[in-house]
Amino acid sequence: MHPAPSIILFTVLSGLGFGLLFFLGLDMPPVSGWTAFWFLVIAYVLAVGGLLASTFHLGHPERALKSFTQWRSSWLSREGWASVATLLVMGAWGGLVVFFDTDILPLGWLGAVLSLITVGATSMIYTQLRTVPRWNHWHTPALFLLSALSGGALLAGQVTLAIVLLIATGLFQIWAWHAGDRRFAARGHTVSSATGLGRPGFVRLFEPPHTGSNYLTREMVFTVARRHVAKLRLIGLGLFSVLPVVLLLLPFNHFIALGAVLSHVAGAFVLRWLFFAQAEHVVGLYYGRRDPAGIAA
Amino acid sequence: MTSLPSQPSLKKMGLVIDLDTCVGCHACVVACKGWNTENYGAPLADKDAYGAEPVGSFLNRIHSYEVTPEVGPAQTVHFPKSCLHCEDAPCVTVCPTGASYKRVEDGIVLVNESDCIGCGLCAWACPYGAREMDPVEKVMKKCTLCVDRIYNDNLPEVDQVPACVRTCPAGARHFGDLGDAESDVSKLVAERGGFDLMPEQGTKPVNQYLPPRPRDAWVAEEDDDTQIDVLAPFLAPVAEEPKGFFGWLDKALERL
Repeated sequence: MHPAPSIILFTVLSGLGFGLLFFLGLDMPPVSGWTAFWFLVIAYVLAVGGLLASTFHLGHPERALKSFTQWRSSWLSREGWASVATLLVMGAWGGLVVFFDTDILPLGWLGAVLSLITVGATSMIYTQLRTVPRWNHWHTPALFLLSALSGGALLAGQVTLAIVLLIATGLFQIWAWHAGDRRFAARGHTVSSATGLGRPGFVRLFEPPHTGSNYLTREMVFTVARRHVAKLRLIGLGLFSVLPVVLLLLPFNHFIALGAVLSHVAGAFVLRWLFFAQAEHVVGLYYGRRDPAGIAA
Repeated sequence: MTSLPSQPSLKKMGLVIDLDTCVGCHACVVACKGWNTENYGAPLADKDAYGAEPVGSFLNRIHSYEVTPEVGPAQTVHFPKSCLHCEDAPCVTVCPTGASYKRVEDGIVLVNESDCIGCGLCAWACPYGAREMDPVEKVMKKCTLCVDRIYNDNLPEVDQVPACVRTCPAGARHFGDLGDAESDVSKLVAERGGFDLMPEQGTKPVNQYLPPRPRDAWVAEEDDDTQIDVLAPFLAPVAEEPKGFFGWLDKALERL
């Protein structure tokens, strides 16, 4: 799939923002006054910034409000509702904490749960697509939630928890890659099932519909970076998990912590870029873009 | 409303595409682009049409495949592909705005362009590549089954079919109600063994494809009087075993 910068920004930043809101809502760390204010500012800038970035991807952003109408059937719509609900609840909780020094615990807990629901709904936008076997699995929401939680723990300064979550997410990511690399073939999507013309290996594209590219090939038959997959996976995991964990294990100081956060965020962008760039859409079969041996790294 | 109709519609208007007959002329592509640019909805744009990287939206595209059957000669199969108006259309349920919908009365899947935010998720959800974002209008375009022709009493009856069907010079495209087992298209599907594309996706497409027929053999069976190539027997090999110098050479090489 085409790794659109707006979508990568959206999923990474909003994941970090809602991850941080989750921990703030649980009073981890317990904050008040200006400290609480700045924590909330960081969380809202990330969450709202991510949501705004997602609208850059729309053909008609001026109609974006219409996307709140179909929550009964559409995960994209539910994601919109969940994010607005989270931002309102955590806004109310944060306002009371910052300006009235009143921490209403259940309100914070509600905000924390809503934060996770929002990240889950975001991940379901991708998970629901049967057309992209790599995404169409419970691994996707698990990965999105773990990523948001590890980033949130890191931003919230929960050092021990962050170390555990970063390692867990890194290991889960490796498992998800391992399983994801095999899923397209395992689902039995082949040029034979796509065209109904015969056994695999005996049908191949002779002529595409046109010599140029089209919306489909640009959006869904993205193949540019696959040859660098192995390297990018190592770089991504190194920045996302390994380096932050090493830095967190060093004696604590704020510059080292900042280094850990920056490395983690850079790693999150690399991993999310791979999440899109590596995902193969079944429509590629009609365009002759998948070799029978598979492209797995 | 982007939920699918609670009951599948009784009427299932759709296309039956004969892969045996299609000659790959792309006339249906042009007719489709023409009709749907001049009529309902945003025109199907072309961008940079004469430049280095032309791109445009089309509702119907023709692929060609090379097929090597287990027996018999290889074939080229031209493969038209447009929206299959699936019964369980994943493009409809993912739509966040309600712009995408499946009609209860005849099963046609349509986009209400004034509600479309151009997020592209429906195109991601479609396994067949049937939806394309218009590069100029930035709304999702898809086959409407020429809904503005098929019920249009201002047109002569012969024209009240989708533009692609009307124009096909080979008669490879058939239009009708696939929900009615007695309709011509349903009978055609039953008779020719029509099949679904990517059935494992569970979309239950309404449009059906008819497989290419096996090609004629050069030499018919002994008791078969359908032989077309009357000269073929004269081309039968007269000597299975080489004789003379080549016979000696063949045996000598065999012994080496």
